[in-house]
Amino acid sequence: MGATWKELTKGLWREIPPFRLVLGLCPTLAVTKTADNGLGMGLAVIFVLTLSNLAVSALRRLIPAKVRIACFIVIAATLVVGVELLMQAFAYPLYQRLGIFVPLIVVNCIILGRAEAFASRNPVHLSVADGLGMGLGFTLSLTLLGALREVLGYGTVFGLCLFGPGFKPFSFMIEAPGAFVCLGLVLAGMNALTNWQRKRQGLAAVEGPGHDCKSCGLCAADKK
Amino acid sequence: MEYFLLIIAAIFVNNIVLAQYLGNCPFLGCSRATGTAVGMGGAVIFVVTLATAITWLVQKRLLEPMGLEYLQTIAFILVIAALVQFVEMFLKKVLPPLYRALGIFLPLITTNCAVLGIAIICQRKEYGLLKSVVFAAASAAGFMLALVLMAAIRERLDTARVPRALRGMPIGLILAGLMSLAFFAFSGMIA
Repeated sequence: MGATWKELTKGLWREIPPFRLVLGLCPTLAVTKTADNGLGMGLAVIFVLTLSNLAVSALRRLIPAKVRIACFIVIAATLVVGVELLMQAFAYPLYQRLGIFVPLIVVNCIILGRAEAFASRNPVHLSVADGLGMGLGFTLSLTLLGALREVLGYGTVFGLCLFGPGFKPFSFMIEAPGAFVCLGLVLAGMNALTNWQRKRQGLAAVEGPGHDCKSCGLCAADKK
Repeated sequence: MEYFLLIIAAIFVNNIVLAQYLGNCPFLGCSRATGTAVGMGGAVIFVVTLATAITWLVQKRLLEPMGLEYLQTIAFILVIAALVQFVEMFLKKVLPPLYRALGIFLPLITTNCAVLGIAIICQRKEYGLLKSVVFAAASAAGFMLALVLMAAIRERLDTARVPRALRGMPIGLILAGLMSLAFFAFSGMIA
């Protein structure tokens, strides 16, 4: 029980994606214009990530190592088609707002990354806990980032007006440049917090996490 | 003229990385050296153009006549994954010099969301085959432009003194934001 709980909670703070485990940046930047878009995207990712971890972990002894990435992609794509159909049936406005980023959950490195780094090596219950925890962390981050940008860019949170009519929206925040700068500053804030904690424990300062794509292999070319 | 505007719009106005938020993983992960960036960009142009043409045919000739549009995502990603494998084997056998230049980047492209993203955008905008291919090549060229610019800036950044909390990813993202702001000036140029 303790081990399952540990895997579940690590995604909520110690390895919270995408702030500590820098993965899946495209949807993070694209859909966080408002808090409810972030929340919707997060829920879709929880669904796909938990079930893909479950399937990958259950099939881990059957999947040959050589074609494992292709197998993971097929599992993820099947689940994403499921999510697309569910969203079209029950949350059509959200489906339209998220646009092409719903089908693009397939190539979100977080899905393949967790399948490769965790679910293919661990028993089913731990993998489900890991997927659920990481999904919840991702949802939390996206909602937070969405709320931050929505407050500054529109003066609202979840559509609720926060300020009086005199509020001048900082429209930079809801455009593409604002997305990059806002995420960059939040990551810098996380790094500063980590180093402040380490300093209090008497440890040497460290640099923040790099782009964590060991599992998707994209950066392997850079290291050669 | 229509195609000229389409190309300019895809490269500058709706730049795939800086305005459409696609392909951020290689944009931030593979931009340490200009040489790598050029190789990666070349491989992406090659694969994106081919993949868009083939997925267009799969959609119009296979999925739509059979009423299987809901399988678009799974069909496209499988086509792209198989295509990347095939292109790698083909180049290795037939064009070894090109393989040596692009080879190490090819297997990494399957999970680049720009490839699947561009293929899906073409379907959603209901472009014809030729228009899709032109749009795909231009968008991929926009990706290469952003990647090479980013790599060039990062090479200079290595000698700069960046505050510790901003080193690595945060400064990369802020740089991307500033580049995006510069590209933002193109918006409205083409209606």
